[in-house]
Amino acid sequence: MSKLPLTASQTVGPFFAPALLREDARRHVLTRPETVGERIRIEGRVLDGDGAPVPDALVEIWQANAHGRYNHPADQGPAALDPSFLGFGRSGTDEEGNYWFETIKPGSVPFDEKRMQAPHICVTIFSRGLLNHLVTRLYFADEPANAADPVLQHVPAERQATLLARHVDTSTSTSTVAVYRFDIILQGKNETAFFNV
Amino acid sequence: MNYTTIGEIIRGDREVFPPYLYEAYQSTRRRAPTLPLIDVPLTISELTGPGPVISAVTPEDADLTRNAGTGGEAIGQRIIVTGHVLDDQGNPVPNTLLEIWQCNAAGRYLHKRDQWPAPLDPNFLGMGRCLTNEEGVYRFLTIRPGAYPWKNHPNAWRPAHIHFSLFGPSMLSRLVTQMYFPDDPLHNLDPIMQSVPTEQARKRLISTYDHTVTEPEWALGYRWDIVLRGPYATPFEAAEAGK
Repeated sequence: MSKLPLTASQTVGPFFAPALLREDARRHVLTRPETVGERIRIEGRVLDGDGAPVPDALVEIWQANAHGRYNHPADQGPAALDPSFLGFGRSGTDEEGNYWFETIKPGSVPFDEKRMQAPHICVTIFSRGLLNHLVTRLYFADEPANAADPVLQHVPAERQATLLARHVDTSTSTSTVAVYRFDIILQGKNETAFFNV
Repeated sequence: MNYTTIGEIIRGDREVFPPYLYEAYQSTRRRAPTLPLIDVPLTISELTGPGPVISAVTPEDADLTRNAGTGGEAIGQRIIVTGHVLDDQGNPVPNTLLEIWQCNAAGRYLHKRDQWPAPLDPNFLGMGRCLTNEEGVYRFLTIRPGAYPWKNHPNAWRPAHIHFSLFGPSMLSRLVTQMYFPDDPLHNLDPIMQSVPTEQARKRLISTYDHTVTEPEWALGYRWDIVLRGPYATPFEAAEAGK
């Protein structure tokens, strides 16, 4: 049982950027040159119930390293730490609702003693009009392990696609990293599956 | 270990946390999700989080009266805001980052989207941060923010408040909220504050004037404690609970 009642959430409001997105507080690039793993770029838009861009959202991500280990004292698993990788990212959105990160594809982390989870990134969304933040997960659409993921199977089949980041064909561009697109739809048609955690 | 407690605590928060859709706060109408949130098992991904690895602050960051770096001091009533960050078992949360932001004494934010006709203060950025100490105590020196108008409804004014962002030990403890000041007549007129469903939970967003925090010939003191979720269990226990 809880002993102390919790402090309630309130909206991040429209004016957080100078504090939460100051140069040393935003974190678009999670990697350093020595970071182990496949470089990926994640990009997408945050859209509201009218399909309009949300230009004042804050998107945070949290992920394991390429070996499948979180840089956190509660993760005492056997996978190796990568001291050059913290696993935390924070991006605002621009006038078109775009956010982006440059990171590595995370390894698989355990679910329980027997099962592993498919590679995924935890995503948290804040904005004016969100009285509580939203929590979801980004999975990789081209990842065979999704089929057996013990968390994804809790999401109704018709909504699972909203959690799949799609590999973008960059063969005609100069991009040297795999680009995955992950739009976050707050409301309405194709509304992203958000978690009650 | 009572595995099911994990889910009950988390999903029983509806007396504390606002609904996503709160009609009186207009911005919720096209941004609140309308489909049910999905119950998922908690795993190592949720029971870890960035809190422990984010720590880069300097002592100057906690002094909003001077951290604009102009050499000048912000105008307004100088105040100290301090309190404990605790988990819901009453344990202090040490070394956790708090990021705060607020408008100036005239009620204006240093932000391109805030253009109402109140003066800016060249010596005030309105942002600060600090870490809790080993006892879970944080402390900021700032100026008392003003109230300001917004366009939610006719003659709408936000009560004076300071925005707080905290990480705590896990993804579950992440919290963004607002601290209010005592005896403010705007509280009952503010849909954002009133979106919190119970009187008790709303009261916990209001700081208290504390004369033992007040420093003579210097600043008035306000105390505000923050209670974050968890931690409840190890990841494997949580996975068990989700079965």
